[in-house]
Amino acid sequence: MRFQRLVAQIRKEILSVLRDPRTRAVLIGPPLLQLFVFAFAATLEVENVSLAVLDLDGGKWSHELVQRVRATRMAGDVLVVESHDALAEAVDARRVLAAMAFQPDFSRRIEAGLPADVQIVLDGRRGNSAQIALGYLQSIVAELNADLAVLRGGRPPRTIAIDVRHWFNPNLEYLWFTVPSLVGILSMFSALIITALSIARERELGTFEQLLVSPASPLEIIAGKCIPAVVIGTVLGSVMLAAGIFLYRIPFTGSVLLLYAALVVFILSVVGVGLMISSISRTQQQAILGAFSAGVPLVLLSGFATPVENMPPVLQALAQADPLKHFLVIVQGSFLKALPPDVVLETLVPILLIAAVTLTAALFFVRGRLE
Amino acid sequence: MHGEAAIVLDGVAKRFGTTWALSGISARIEPGRLTGIVGPDGAGKTTLMRLMGALLAPTEGRIEVAGRDTVRDAEEIHVLAGYMPQRFGLYEDLTVQENLDLHAKLRGLSAAERERAFAEVLAFTELGPFTGRLAGKLSGGMKQKLGLGCALLARPRVLLLDEPSVGVDPLSRRELWDIVRRLAAEGMTVVWSTSYLDEAERCDDVLLLDEGRIEFAGPPGELRERVAARSFLILDVDDRRRDVLRRALDLPGVRDGVIQGRAVRVVLAGADGGAADAARAAPLAPDGAALAAVDALARAEGGTMRQVAPRFEDAFIDLLGGGPGGRSPLAERMEPVRLDTEIAVSCRHLTKRFGTFTATDDVTFDVRTGEIFGLLGPNGAGKSTTFKMLCGLLRPTSGRAEVAGIDLARAGGDAKQRVGYMAQKFSLYGLLSVRQNLKFFAGIYGIAGALRRRRIDEMVETFELGRFLNSSPNELPLGFKQRLALACALMHRPAVLFLDEPTSGVDPITRREFWMHINGLVRKGVTVLVTTHFMDEAEYCDRVAMIHRARLIALARPDELKAAAASAENPAPTMEDAFIAMIESHAGVEERAA
Repeated sequence: MRFQRLVAQIRKEILSVLRDPRTRAVLIGPPLLQLFVFAFAATLEVENVSLAVLDLDGGKWSHELVQRVRATRMAGDVLVVESHDALAEAVDARRVLAAMAFQPDFSRRIEAGLPADVQIVLDGRRGNSAQIALGYLQSIVAELNADLAVLRGGRPPRTIAIDVRHWFNPNLEYLWFTVPSLVGILSMFSALIITALSIARERELGTFEQLLVSPASPLEIIAGKCIPAVVIGTVLGSVMLAAGIFLYRIPFTGSVLLLYAALVVFILSVVGVGLMISSISRTQQQAILGAFSAGVPLVLLSGFATPVENMPPVLQALAQADPLKHFLVIVQGSFLKALPPDVVLETLVPILLIAAVTLTAALFFVRGRLE
Repeated sequence: MHGEAAIVLDGVAKRFGTTWALSGISARIEPGRLTGIVGPDGAGKTTLMRLMGALLAPTEGRIEVAGRDTVRDAEEIHVLAGYMPQRFGLYEDLTVQENLDLHAKLRGLSAAERERAFAEVLAFTELGPFTGRLAGKLSGGMKQKLGLGCALLARPRVLLLDEPSVGVDPLSRRELWDIVRRLAAEGMTVVWSTSYLDEAERCDDVLLLDEGRIEFAGPPGELRERVAARSFLILDVDDRRRDVLRRALDLPGVRDGVIQGRAVRVVLAGADGGAADAARAAPLAPDGAALAAVDALARAEGGTMRQVAPRFEDAFIDLLGGGPGGRSPLAERMEPVRLDTEIAVSCRHLTKRFGTFTATDDVTFDVRTGEIFGLLGPNGAGKSTTFKMLCGLLRPTSGRAEVAGIDLARAGGDAKQRVGYMAQKFSLYGLLSVRQNLKFFAGIYGIAGALRRRRIDEMVETFELGRFLNSSPNELPLGFKQRLALACALMHRPAVLFLDEPTSGVDPITRREFWMHINGLVRKGVTVLVTTHFMDEAEYCDRVAMIHRARLIALARPDELKAAAASAENPAPTMEDAFIAMIESHAGVEERAA
């Protein structure tokens, strides 16, 4: 019987979300838009880029590399500069997007089979194009490395290491950082909005009282609101996850199972916040405003835009209570760093605590509305 | 000026999208008279008001207000006509005076004019002592008076009031009415739209709209006279009145029937079997066969039949084609329910305070199993608060509220399983389809599988919801919305039914159908507790509790309350008269006590 009631509520909640054009727009519009924006930015072809070359080496291998770069469609004018100052000036004045600098011993070290560095300087102000240009340069270097390996009969590749310096924007954020973070941010906002609207909508339309006089207990009502939000949040998170892996081909190195476990706990912690907002909102409008006034600080404190380490101590402490901050560690780590399971579980503990606190508080808030 | 109409409507029609809200409206509204625009919900009243206020342009035809065309001279009409919409645009965070100032400035009154207008308006509306109060803190009646005051600032020649009495308690309604009466007497043209038929009856003229067409235009007395010889009361059928009503309505030739206290009121068809059509002015004799059949029914039940003076409502229902029949297919299908206590609902010293405000003050009463119990009172009197405590939606500050001996606010699912609840304005899930709503309400009461299918099919069949199954409840005609709400509240077969203003905003015909079902349910043993601000609906109740200013001021049978209010000048008072008399005597008691 109990199960029946819960199923009825969950079905009702999911139907209300899916059948309401406004909620649909809020939930599906922004993720699609973001996917689009990133996809668009990502497929931007970078052609005829001006490059500067500072060749202090003047040897065979630096010449070889510059020629290979010149041969691509990416490279336009190649400006040959004579000093580091001239190189800096060219980037400063935006005459070039990227510059390559070779040390005097570059060719010699390669001949000797030692690692050699080529320094690439990028104009961080044009982050996206610079990043793409860097991608090209990296693949050209990789090719050369491979050729060198063949020449030497299978000796370790990667003789030439790229030493990248981003000028003007040292913390340059890229797709590889942004898309994994979006998994967290989007599922957070969707769960927040769904739950914030859930009770407020019923109160506005007068159906909440109908629910309260039914045999469903407050705990059941809350569960009936949580589960749909978790389901929808997880689905949206999965879409972004899939986009990151298959569309942007970001290397996923962690455990999918652990990431999903973390995602569900994370959404639950947000759901508690959403329910609290909902129980004090009288209209859906108030609920949406409430969801954003909670969601924006959560994102700002999460370290998504600015590193938590750079925040004043008070905010750093506050950030510890932000479930998104912890979840971002897990999701970014799962993508790029092959975060070991014990670290994931360790990071999951604060999220679990936050979820316990917000859900308990939500139960009290919703019960309190009965007074 | 004599003989010249204040408002001339000439072949007016208005279309929204593909639906015609109004068509073929031609009428003259005379100056210095109070004209009522009357009709059921969705008849086109508000559209007509907005057309006359030059806020909408007619699709066809033309409208002249004080000699000016509403399309060509819209600006001029905005100046010389005062329009008060259903929800007047008061700024709730401004004081009474600040609201008046604002409207005076919007109207472009000079400083000297303003002073004069304020003095006049404040005297008229008796709002003088409250100028410093925030508009949001005024009662519903005072808000309407302030709205009226704002509309009156520029001394309009024509005053258009769109349902000014909705949500206003009976006392304030009378005050508002008196103000408007005086204005009309001074020569102002007043148009008052309403769905209250007792208000319509007191207008000088009425325009009766139905489905966008004028069904009647003229003095209300003229319409009433059409059923002059056809209104009857069946007396002395006290205990069996619901049964008598049901059977009477199923007799051929009975146009309408309602419970009136201990009696049953019926309106019979005219002698030729048809309704009075608009062209026929002379009253028809009642249909002979129908008269004989009703008389036989009355005798069989040990009662007597007596011809009575017609009411406007009798004629209104007759004109619109008669009320619904007496059968409730719902009740016929339902198996009887039993509650093993004599007292279904009870409360003892029930009190609820919100901060310093006391919403319910020491209320005590019992609702007996199997009766219809009405909780009556103006908006804001505390009846909703009391009601919510009874069904467990609010915790009392002190005192007890119980249903079948159990406090619902603390009760588990089993106790709540016995209770059905229908919220104000048919609270249904607009985002879900009709079918999904039925499924949800079945599910939330733990009805599953084959039983769920059976109960849903049964409700769909009984209430003829079949063709709406996939549409949203919001798109349903009001009558069907009400049926759906009732279906959702009844699928789990509750023994006690709580109805919170179930008929608010519903036209008289739909209200009749609703009460037919309620009467049927009571026959099956269901106990019904209902709140309403329609005083005439109290007639359907076995007993009513009157709530005024948070307190229970009377608890009696409707007839007893009316009898108590009878006086030499008003020998047959309505429920509303009784209510007002009760409040006035109560106020007297309070003053003496103080």
